[in-house]
Amino acid sequence: MAHVDDDKGSRRDFLYVATGAAGAVGVGAAVWPLVDQMNPSADVQALSSVQVDVGDLEPGGQVTQLWLGKPVFIRRRTEDEIAAAADTPLDDLQDPIARNDNIGANDPADDANRTLAPFGDAENTGEWLVMVGVCTHLGCVPLGEAGDFNGWFCPCHGSHYDTAGRIRRGPAPTNLPVPVAEFVSETVIKLG
Amino acid sequence: MGGIPHDSYEPKSNAEKWIERRLPIIGLMHATLTIPTPKNLNWMWIWGIVLTFTLVLQIVTGIVLVMHYTPDATLAFASVEHIMRDVNAGWAIRYIHMNGASLFFIAVYFHIFRGLFYGSYKEPREITWIIGILIYILMMATAFMGYVLPWGQMSFWGATVITGLFGAIPGVGPTLQTWLLGGPAVDNDTLTRFFSLHYLMPFLIAGLVIVHIWAFHTTGNNNPTGVEVRRTSKKEAEADTLPFWPYFVIKDLYALAFILVIFAAIVAFMPNYLGHPDNYIEANPLATPAHIVPEWYFLPFYAILRAITFDVLFLDAKFLGVVAMFGAIVIMALAPWLDTSTVRSGKYRPMFKIWFYILIVDFFVLMWAGAMPAEGLVPTISLIGTIYWFAYFLVILPLLGVLEKPLPQPETIEEDWKASMAAKKGGANVPQATPAE
Repeated sequence: MAHVDDDKGSRRDFLYVATGAAGAVGVGAAVWPLVDQMNPSADVQALSSVQVDVGDLEPGGQVTQLWLGKPVFIRRRTEDEIAAAADTPLDDLQDPIARNDNIGANDPADDANRTLAPFGDAENTGEWLVMVGVCTHLGCVPLGEAGDFNGWFCPCHGSHYDTAGRIRRGPAPTNLPVPVAEFVSETVIKLG
Repeated sequence: MGGIPHDSYEPKSNAEKWIERRLPIIGLMHATLTIPTPKNLNWMWIWGIVLTFTLVLQIVTGIVLVMHYTPDATLAFASVEHIMRDVNAGWAIRYIHMNGASLFFIAVYFHIFRGLFYGSYKEPREITWIIGILIYILMMATAFMGYVLPWGQMSFWGATVITGLFGAIPGVGPTLQTWLLGGPAVDNDTLTRFFSLHYLMPFLIAGLVIVHIWAFHTTGNNNPTGVEVRRTSKKEAEADTLPFWPYFVIKDLYALAFILVIFAAIVAFMPNYLGHPDNYIEANPLATPAHIVPEWYFLPFYAILRAITFDVLFLDAKFLGVVAMFGAIVIMALAPWLDTSTVRSGKYRPMFKIWFYILIVDFFVLMWAGAMPAEGLVPTISLIGTIYWFAYFLVILPLLGVLEKPLPQPETIEEDWKASMAAKKGGANVPQATPAE
């Protein structure tokens, strides 16, 4: 067979490329469902919201609520805990961002930005701390009232959080995240 | 095979000729089983057979266990207890499978360090070595997913920590983690996919094992002297080798029997010694065990993961820990190009020997550090251990090839063999070269 030195490419070259391209698209379309089936299914994705009654909680008390497969810590903090967190200079923080889904994405992690405002017009004394209880390092559940800052301590790899759930020492990269939450009455918090 | 001159298979009976003309399978089996094997192989060359046996053991016990196991987050834990209490011989089969994983890793660590000491990774066996590392990575994935299936506390929290590693990758991390888990946290969807993959991967390993054997049957085995089998004539090749069957098959089976006696004793008398009591508590997403520890065979790499507790530039400690952990495994695959010495066997490398033994000690120190809580001196010790692990491959192996003056090697395997036989027969004066074993 004679070799044709033609820069423009022959009809046959075009057919090769077109066949290859069609084949690649076909294989891609066939593989995609196999990859996508591993993403969260519709029932898992369905947004859930739960209401938690915190009327019985005294200062220093905490409830843990399972939400979207993860524990959420709801803590009514003592005066000492509030003071310890509020007196911490922002420069001492490993992660200076509030990580609070209820406010701006870049707001600073001062104590007020970490806490949940009470129902209605009542003044925010910083009593209520609501956050996802999953260590931002590798996902363990930190232990309460523990660690070097008397906040939370993750037993897995030694991350220390303070009384506002902010990372202060150890491998975790960010503060414990505050989920979307609000008081829907004097005593009930809605998550999600 | 291996370019080593030897007799090839000639079909004799009419039946053999009939089959061989249509499918040369008898010839293939003959060539595989009678491959000329260096006759000076020592006891560190038994682990390949032990590993092959263990792979079959795990596949057989695993297939049987699946007949009684239920991959569902609400039923999995109870179904494992059902296997332990109700299924005939279920306890034995599960304990064999559980401890079989440990046997697998003990054997693979001996096998890998054997290769590192005798330079089995060096030219021309690089592909054998890299496939071996791939098998090791697949083994780790399989063992990890298998450990999740009983749905105990360690299963659940181990899965949470390990999938969290993928979440640490900047950018795509969180999306990738959700994709792996099938949801925001470890749950039923995670269990079912791990079950599916745990069943699949041993067969991928079996496929790679065949390629691994194919590759080293092409190059021929390494041996304790690191000196190649002579290929110049059949007579010389036969002076250096013996056929695999029956000589090495019998030797390997003898070693396997010895190992299985110990294995049986562990299965029968201390089946939970290597496990964690926490895994007999059903998974609870609201309570992390006080001290999450992976299985013993992951501990050195777990220690490396935890060793990095500081940020470097814009990369945070979490991501760097993950990179170090995977890097510590990948770096082994690069050994053929990092080791600049032309001498294969560590027997003839006086400086190399010392650094190699420190690497073994380092491996055990890291294993210990991985088992300890991350407090006090443990993070510092882990960091030192991690630095040595990387320095061994990235600094020591490249430099030794230049700095070290190797000892004289024997000319041939036959010469080394005769010297070692003479030494055994009554301490006669051994000519220069040190015996292989």
